[in-house]
Amino acid sequence: MYRYDQYDQAMVDARVAEFRDQARRRLEGKLTEDQFKPLRLMNGLYLQLHAYMLRVAIPYGTLDSRQMEMLADIADKYDRGYGHFTTRQNIQYNWIKLEGTADALADLATVEMHAIQTSGNCIRNISADHFAGASADEVVDPRPYAELMRQWSSFHPEFTYLPRKFKIAVIASANDRAAMRLHDIGVRIVSRNGEVGAEIYAGGGMGRTPMIAPLIRDFVPIDQMITYAEACLRVYNRYGRRDNKYKARIKILVHELGAAEYTRQVEEEFAHLLSVGVEPPREELARIAEYFAPPAFVDGPKTVDRSDPDFALWVDRNTHRHKHDAYVSAVISLKPAGGIPGDATSDQMRLVAKLAREYSFDELRVMHTQNLLLPHVRIADLHALWTALDEAGLGSPNMDTIEDIIACPGLDYCSLANARSIPLAQRISERFAQSGRTEVVGELKLKISGCINACGHHHAGHIGILGVDKKGTENYQLSLGGSEAEDVSLAKITGPGFDEDGVIAAVEKVTDVYLAARSDGERFLDTYRRIGMEPFKEALYG
Amino acid sequence: MAKDMGTSPDEVQFRFRDDERVDHATITVDACCDQTNATAVRIEPGDDARVLLPFLDRLALVEVNFPAFGDGRGYSSARILREAGYTGELRAVGAVLIDQLSHMRRCGFDSFAPDKRLDEEDAARAFATWENVYQRAADARRTIADKRHEA
Ligand code: HEM
Ligand code: SF4
Repeated sequence: MYRYDQYDQAMVDARVAEFRDQARRRLEGKLTEDQFKPLRLMNGLYLQLHAYMLRVAIPYGTLDSRQMEMLADIADKYDRGYGHFTTRQNIQYNWIKLEGTADALADLATVEMHAIQTSGNCIRNISADHFAGASADEVVDPRPYAELMRQWSSFHPEFTYLPRKFKIAVIASANDRAAMRLHDIGVRIVSRNGEVGAEIYAGGGMGRTPMIAPLIRDFVPIDQMITYAEACLRVYNRYGRRDNKYKARIKILVHELGAAEYTRQVEEEFAHLLSVGVEPPREELARIAEYFAPPAFVDGPKTVDRSDPDFALWVDRNTHRHKHDAYVSAVISLKPAGGIPGDATSDQMRLVAKLAREYSFDELRVMHTQNLLLPHVRIADLHALWTALDEAGLGSPNMDTIEDIIACPGLDYCSLANARSIPLAQRISERFAQSGRTEVVGELKLKISGCINACGHHHAGHIGILGVDKKGTENYQLSLGGSEAEDVSLAKITGPGFDEDGVIAAVEKVTDVYLAARSDGERFLDTYRRIGMEPFKEALYG
Repeated sequence: MAKDMGTSPDEVQFRFRDDERVDHATITVDACCDQTNATAVRIEPGDDARVLLPFLDRLALVEVNFPAFGDGRGYSSARILREAGYTGELRAVGAVLIDQLSHMRRCGFDSFAPDKRLDEEDAARAFATWENVYQRAADARRTIADKRHEA
């Protein structure tokens, strides 16, 4: 795992001092709320419905037990004993006070953590494949490249007042587990004739106008990747729309110019910047990569004793194939049936930290699906791990099932919401768990957003639910056929919306249609793609 | 109309140059392209700074206007001019606030004329915020990565 040296530490410490000073000037009235807002946002501090919300960055979703324990301490000391893991691999605290924020940031800095650029119109925390460094299918570990980008994008002097927020995801596998093409820039690290480089996608995003990022460069040599990203950002900073905040994301620029013209401008800027020389020295990537050297794996058993069916189910559902055949990656579900997706109590965080120390080389991940992950678990240790998780309510065997719902905070916390997301997720997961249907249905990604901003990725759900406001009452629109993975697609709306009970019934109906129509091995998404929207519409409205 | 534009030199609150201040008014980018003797120009957020590149030799002052602090196009304009070799005064004017100073400095600005005078102490602290920097920019500072790998 990456470790700060004295420079990284000094940067974060300087930022804490700067924020303390900004908060002081705000309290002294030297800064108006208008002027303070972008500054607090760049330190992850949002104003929500009831209180401030603090969003802490977990770069590329990787952390160790000491950091997880600090997240638990922050939850106890500054919040109400829990935190919420998000789709961008961060954690949010919902009940923060302005006065305590600088202290919380100082505490975080003692374990190499921060809230820098977790909101605001700047380059946000870089996300990555949560199986990075562990998965059997990756070309290389994408995290060194993400770390190089983290450093480049931190306090970037030119790109701190972009037209709008800017999100980057980095993967290094043909399989996309980071919704890479739904990011402002998506990077896939590839190898071509033995040379490592980057495929660059630009202009993806969700929100009110969802778009899939087109490929704009099929190979940037790795020692020019930062220069290329700088060119992408400069063209966006100069020409992205600033007249309308709903049209300010890079996806609109790429769409309005056309991918070819945007690419032409980027290439021109890229050629210029190559001559200026903005790329970090080559040795820097090598220095970073050393921190991500694989741990010392040892051989061991490759199978488990499946005599306990509950354990066997969990293994089938929640583990992922590892590079080393005596290991797997194990998903810790934060989706207990009827629970709040992504929430973890401080006690659960501490337990997970302890388990990471015991069973996973002290490494943890946050997944974009709002779950946690132990990346390197010996197959021989799986039963002991599962037993400990199960006792703590963290053993739900439901990865990628209909219970593994992504949901935004919605009307329970968010001032922009039209409708509640969390209670809906709770009711749906409970219903499917109780009827035993979860297993029958298999892989089905359900995603819920409380408004058109799409924080809950509803456009990318096999089933998506969007809260809309209908004459002052909460109403839900259903959509089908989205995917955030390598087979990326945007979901289509089924038709008129439903009330809360109605949308739950509608979800059941579409799964009925699927179960009746599926052929061998088909997921919900595959069946939908094969038979189209009509049969589903017929069942819903016919 | 062109006469009224620009800041007069006494509104410049911070200046990191030793040469004489340019004390005549700036003109628009469009006018600058037509007027072969102009030495001071003012860039608005929507202007393409690259239009000025053929005239850099004769320019002694470029003002970059920030009508709103949240509009960051001026940062790119500044860097583009410095990358093209402009060595004259580069002045940030308008909604220039404490917390933008250090970034502006890195993008090549060497004088600052804020709409509202800034607290001197706060500003001094802001200019000194970053003892080290991650990226290469217009200020030619050695980056953290450069320092890590120096022989
Ligand atoms: C409650 C406080 C929150 C507020 C006020 C908020 C606000 C917004 C807004 C305004 C957008 C639309 C931006 C645009 O389209 O230009 C957005 C998008 C997004 N937010 Fe949130 N959000 C909040 C919480 C969250 C949480 C908890 C998550 C993660 C679970 C999240 C993840 C995202 C994602 C992934 C997107 C959309 C994808 C994209 O960038 O295109 N947000 N948010
Ligand atoms: S989707 Fe809407 S309701 Fe949900 S968190 Fe985002 S802004 Fe709030």
